[in-house]
Amino acid sequence: MLHIHQLHASIAGKEVLKGISLHMKPGEIHAIMGQNGAGKTSLASVLAGRDEYTVTKGDVQFSGKDLLALSPEVRAREGLFLAFQYPPAIPGVTTEEFLRTSLNEIRKYQWKSTIDPFELRDLLRPMLAKVHLSEAFLERHMNDGFSGGEKKRNEVLQMLLLEPKLCILDETDSGLDVDALKTIAASIRDMRSPDRSFLVITHYERVLEELQPDVVHILHNGRIVRSGDMALARQIEREGYEAAIDQNA
Amino acid sequence: MVQIDGNICSCMQSEKDIIQKATTEDYAYGFTSNFDEDLAPKGLSEEVIRLISAKKQEPDFMLEWRLSAFRAWQKMQEPTWQNVVYPPIDFQEIIYYAAPKQKKKLGSLDEVDPEILATFEKLGIPLDEQKQLANVAVDAVVDSVSVATTFQKRLRKSGVIFCSISEAIRKYPKVLAKYLGTVVPVTDNYYAALNSAVFTDGTFVYIPKGVRCPMDLSTYFRINAAGTGQFERTLIIADEGSYVSYLEGCTAPQRDENQLHAAVVELVAHRGAEIIYSTVQNWYPGDENGKGGIYNFVTKRGLAEDFAKISWTQVETGSSITWKYPSVVLKGDYSSGEFYSVAVTRAMQQADTGTKMIHIGKGTKSRIISKGISAGKSNNTYRGLVRMMPTATGASNFSQCDSLLIGDGCSANTIPYLEDSAASSSIEHEATTSKVSEELLAYMQQRGISREDATALIVNGYCSDVLDQLPMEFAVESRKLLTISLEGSVG
Repeated sequence: MLHIHQLHASIAGKEVLKGISLHMKPGEIHAIMGQNGAGKTSLASVLAGRDEYTVTKGDVQFSGKDLLALSPEVRAREGLFLAFQYPPAIPGVTTEEFLRTSLNEIRKYQWKSTIDPFELRDLLRPMLAKVHLSEAFLERHMNDGFSGGEKKRNEVLQMLLLEPKLCILDETDSGLDVDALKTIAASIRDMRSPDRSFLVITHYERVLEELQPDVVHILHNGRIVRSGDMALARQIEREGYEAAIDQNA
Repeated sequence: MVQIDGNICSCMQSEKDIIQKATTEDYAYGFTSNFDEDLAPKGLSEEVIRLISAKKQEPDFMLEWRLSAFRAWQKMQEPTWQNVVYPPIDFQEIIYYAAPKQKKKLGSLDEVDPEILATFEKLGIPLDEQKQLANVAVDAVVDSVSVATTFQKRLRKSGVIFCSISEAIRKYPKVLAKYLGTVVPVTDNYYAALNSAVFTDGTFVYIPKGVRCPMDLSTYFRINAAGTGQFERTLIIADEGSYVSYLEGCTAPQRDENQLHAAVVELVAHRGAEIIYSTVQNWYPGDENGKGGIYNFVTKRGLAEDFAKISWTQVETGSSITWKYPSVVLKGDYSSGEFYSVAVTRAMQQADTGTKMIHIGKGTKSRIISKGISAGKSNNTYRGLVRMMPTATGASNFSQCDSLLIGDGCSANTIPYLEDSAASSSIEHEATTSKVSEELLAYMQQRGISREDATALIVNGYCSDVLDQLPMEFAVESRKLLTISLEGSVG
């Protein structure tokens, strides 16, 4: 599914990823934990193709394709989805219009027929229920004046609709109350399938208890310093990052 | 319900068109048609004005009116206060009269030169009534003359007069003498004076008392001949308690030289009448380096009597320079004026546009929503005046002027003039400037949307407050136009 090999990247001349290697099989959930500034969001941004980052070394294979050679929109159409930590607002564009445009761009790329507004409503109704949003939500302008929780639910809603192969969640759990966290975790669990993988970026072990990842990585100073299972996440929760990292050194 | 379905389907269809067009098209209307034209000699003089007046078989008072305007114009100075730059215009190099040659007087559309019909087909404005949008009547103006006006018979049944202004001058000289130049006086400004001296055609509309015009009226302006200027004049009179929605569209061939378009539009809304005036302006904007394009120097003004309402909506995407301020003189008590504007500039285009709301009557209201979008190396200025005269007690205005920048090479300015000398009146002005951020483009790309389509979606969303004011077909057309205009403006 995703093979990252010795990936180095920098932003504004500063190296932020210093040789990351990561291998994910279809159907797996991997977690990436780390302190602020460890390079978590940088990794997600490089995978999504943000052009302020420069890849200086390494390569990334995604479903057998050279990911780094693809434009950001083609990566999305190939099935890579990034739930943003801070999704921006698009005033004047309704959530519905945005979702329809996005879905149809992806479907066209995949040689599928486009979806009309009525079909879209039918598709969205059960998904809205899953993330506890009402249908009226679709008429609001995309992320414009949304609460933090609504923005996160909206990101998960898009993930449900677009059915990506690889879902990267960049601190989707941050700033959520327990109920919202459980709602979002349940949606992700529902989406699990043998051909869909998840890369969950988080500070906290709590969301991982809900998701039970197959592998947990610790990212520190642009490198993956430890990998393990849920036990590693629990150790961090108990002892803190410094202890978990020192143990490795 | 059937209607609603139909509309949504047409939106879907147009969305496909938009994407296709955005990837393949440049200025789509830059072609030139080959029909014989009757041209006046180059340059401006009393002789040329006499020639125009004679060609149009005008009554004597019109010739006198034109000559007085010409004499006034000769004493006036070209304005320089606007925030645009262009080389001096040589008014003696312009041809002031160009008309497609007609073999005889037209009895019906069947007799219009097939080449002209084909031109309008190509522009997406079929003049054949069978093929037209069911509820829009069209006056087609090529260069200096009106070539066809549709649905005239049907309109006449409700007492509506919709014809070229030349025809109106011949048929209703008294009405014209009464109204022409009352809203925009001959000496109002340099270009209005020029227009008054040389205007060659345009549209006349009269809606009788209490009549709701049964269909939207529209004029489609086309500049075809090289080296000519287009000086059209529109006069719309809505009698007491009547209603009319009027649409105006414009295109011109792609040429290296600049062409001058100096129009005057006068609206009179009598007591309780309502005039909705919408413009989609897509004159040739010049090339990437600023070569060629139309100078669009236009004076548009409406006079609102008691309880009357005048609403201007404009989508300005074309022209190398746009200079226009559709205004409302709120003379009557409780009259209201609106101005909704989207002005897009890209490449080397320059726009200095806005409105004037002159509050004279008690309890008058005005509303201004302006969206300026600049890309490339363009320059986009909003200039607006809200004036509350001492008589305008309890008057109110709301203005919202937003600017959106695409890229780093363009500039946007907002210049509001607020003059309040009325008691218990209120003026509310809000202005914002924002940029299409990399972060937003990156977000939309991550959802599978290309940068170009993302920009189009952002801009359409940004303008939705204005586009929502337009009649359905015009709104769809405008959305397409915005997409095409901004093609290639993001890296």
